[in-house]
Amino acid sequence: MSEKFLEIKDLAVTYETDEENVNAVNSISFSLNKGETLGIVGETGAGKTTTALSIMQLLPKEVGKIKNGSIIFNDENLLEKNSHYLRQIRGEKISMIFQDPMTSLNPVLTVGEQIGEALELHNKAKKENINQRVGEIMELVGIPAARKSEYPHQFSGGMKQRVVIAIALACEPELIIADEPTTALDVTIQAQVLDLMDELKNTLNTSMIMITHDLGIVAQTCDKVAIMYAGEIIESGTLEDIFSEGNHHPYTVGLFNSIPKLNDKKTRLEPIDGLMPDPTNLPKGCKFHPRCLHCMKKCKMEEPKVYKKGTKTIRCHLYDN
Amino acid sequence: MSQPLIQTKNLKKYFNTSKGLLHAVDNVNLSINKGKTLGVVGESGCGKSTLGRVVLRLLDATEGEVLYKGDNILEYGKKDMKELKKKLQIIFQDPYASLNPRMTVAQIIEEVFIVNKGIISKKQMRNRTKELMETVGLANRLINAYPHELDGGRRQRIGVARALALEPDFIVCDEPVSALDVSIQAQILNLMMDLQEEKNLTYMFITHDLSVVKHISNEIAVMYLGQCVEKVSSDELFQNPLHPYTKALLSAIPIPELGAKNRKRDIIEGEITSPINPKPGCRFSARCKYSTSKCSANDIPLKEVSKGHYVACVLY
Ligand SMILES: Nc1ncnc2c1ncn2[C@@H]1O[C@H](COP(=O)(O)OP(=O)(O)O)[C@@H](O)[C@H]1O
Ligand SMILES: Nc1ncnc2c1ncn2[C@@H]1O[C@H](COP(=O)(O)OP(=O)(O)O)[C@@H](O)[C@H]1O
Ligand SMILES: [Mg+2]
Ligand SMILES: [Mg+2]
Repeated sequence: MSEKFLEIKDLAVTYETDEENVNAVNSISFSLNKGETLGIVGETGAGKTTTALSIMQLLPKEVGKIKNGSIIFNDENLLEKNSHYLRQIRGEKISMIFQDPMTSLNPVLTVGEQIGEALELHNKAKKENINQRVGEIMELVGIPAARKSEYPHQFSGGMKQRVVIAIALACEPELIIADEPTTALDVTIQAQVLDLMDELKNTLNTSMIMITHDLGIVAQTCDKVAIMYAGEIIESGTLEDIFSEGNHHPYTVGLFNSIPKLNDKKTRLEPIDGLMPDPTNLPKGCKFHPRCLHCMKKCKMEEPKVYKKGTKTIRCHLYDN
Repeated sequence: MSQPLIQTKNLKKYFNTSKGLLHAVDNVNLSINKGKTLGVVGESGCGKSTLGRVVLRLLDATEGEVLYKGDNILEYGKKDMKELKKKLQIIFQDPYASLNPRMTVAQIIEEVFIVNKGIISKKQMRNRTKELMETVGLANRLINAYPHELDGGRRQRIGVARALALEPDFIVCDEPVSALDVSIQAQILNLMMDLQEEKNLTYMFITHDLSVVKHISNEIAVMYLGQCVEKVSSDELFQNPLHPYTKALLSAIPIPELGAKNRKRDIIEGEITSPINPKPGCRFSARCKYSTSKCSANDIPLKEVSKGHYVACVLY
């Protein structure tokens, strides 16, 4: 199945605080088909979480402002909808999983009650069946149903994240946005959780946006990739496009070179010099130019256009012609 | 062979908890030669930080020895220890938490000289600070900046500068890059490798991230619930891991390559518990697919199965 059911166009988000304006997301566009997983990759501050919160319309009130763009979900522009409609979408169609499971769990309710509440809220089970359904969902995510009446603090980090996944799944969403869901977990537990998410996604044909800073997780879970830098998507394409040789944005190349690889001999790493620019004061021209090894005169003056080839896009002057 | 700079012998650190005696570090034998790096890896709670702190005597050992150039430093008196502590330093994971937010970069570095009187004169202090800042790649203009004005990478550079101030031989690096983004992580790892070469420093490099430790370590010790389960040169560990836990750890790392989806992986089930009143035998056996009754009969010592390759497992 290939049906564009989420399309984001020219989205721009600014945080307006008393002191400053943070240009967190600067005109990004991407789309997602049914059943696909899109990886959004980037370092801290790139604008990944802001992008996710914009889709969910959970940006901090008063401060987080969508300045431009549209978010088309199932042919409707979410930016034109009222809060009642959005609340319904959030519960029934789109679920979010955060890095820290405790942001989504209520410490004073048992996990069974919380999963049950999610089911009830979205009328996904008859009252008398809820208890049984809670048990089924728990087993589905690998928690013994017998732990229903325990509280979140009695669970380990990995188990808490499974509870969050159970709640996210309770409403059988069409889209799951997972924001660094395994960053806080140990690597063997991360492997378990990623495997679980993959399995569930395939059985339920859910689409997913996987936000991560780890290119390994992208390679393992995603079909498409968007690489963010300073609030822009600087490169995007299929997993193949991004992970094979060929034309790439210099930042993408730098990112790959920075990762220590398991299969090469002890050598020096090749970091990207410098730092991500301050989003309150972004450089003119290409936002990566101060750190770029290929920086040319026009990179400092003009914003690069998007170069397109097949499924791949790159925002870089190197590919102007 | 030359004498190791740092060695531990049957080192133990137990904590009394309400649930019983927690064996955070249990019978660990390690040695690090001068100018080399020992990587200590394992998942959270396996005792890495406790080990590092006991080696530096920031925590008292329960039993065992810590040798510095062959001397058991656990027997040192206050005065000798104070002298020695200059040679033994630590760099922490979260540079922000370990830096005083009300002090400037210069003040943070100079504090080391003020606490350790008589190393350099007050007049020399500022010059030495500038030198240190240059060594760790901090621009001079940041000398009066506060930690909150700096990014994580620069904050970690302050941590490195402080650790270097007294010209140590040995530095325990406790997850020094774990909180940093990859591009910055690589900058700090390179800095640490350069400094090691320049100053012939010896590192104990603690991390939960196997791919990070590979690059910087000569030898690696893999820990599980307080014990060292495998110890071998870095290259050999990645080419020929033997302990089932090491294999599971390696196989759990997501690899940034095409084809990663089809990689056959050994996902271990279950979770790490805590080593409270542990039963004899292998602490990994509850999660191990090769486990038999032999695994829980007796404690399983580290055994040299090929030259320099030590593993604690009944399979070998
Ligand atoms: N509530 C907020 N107020 C002001 N700035 C914010 C707020 N939330 C995030 N930011 C800033 O927006 C930028 C993008 O942040 P974020 O979307 O969280 O990035 P990522 O998830 O990629 O790390 C960062 O510079 C961050 O400091
Ligand atoms: N002060 C303490 N009191 C009681 N238990 C402790 C203390 N410090 C650490 N522990 C326990 O010792 C074990 C090892 O902890 P730690 O050395 O911090 O592990 P790591 O650094 O590998 O994550 C854990 O089970 C931890 O809970
Ligand atoms: Mg984020
Ligand atoms: Mg630790």
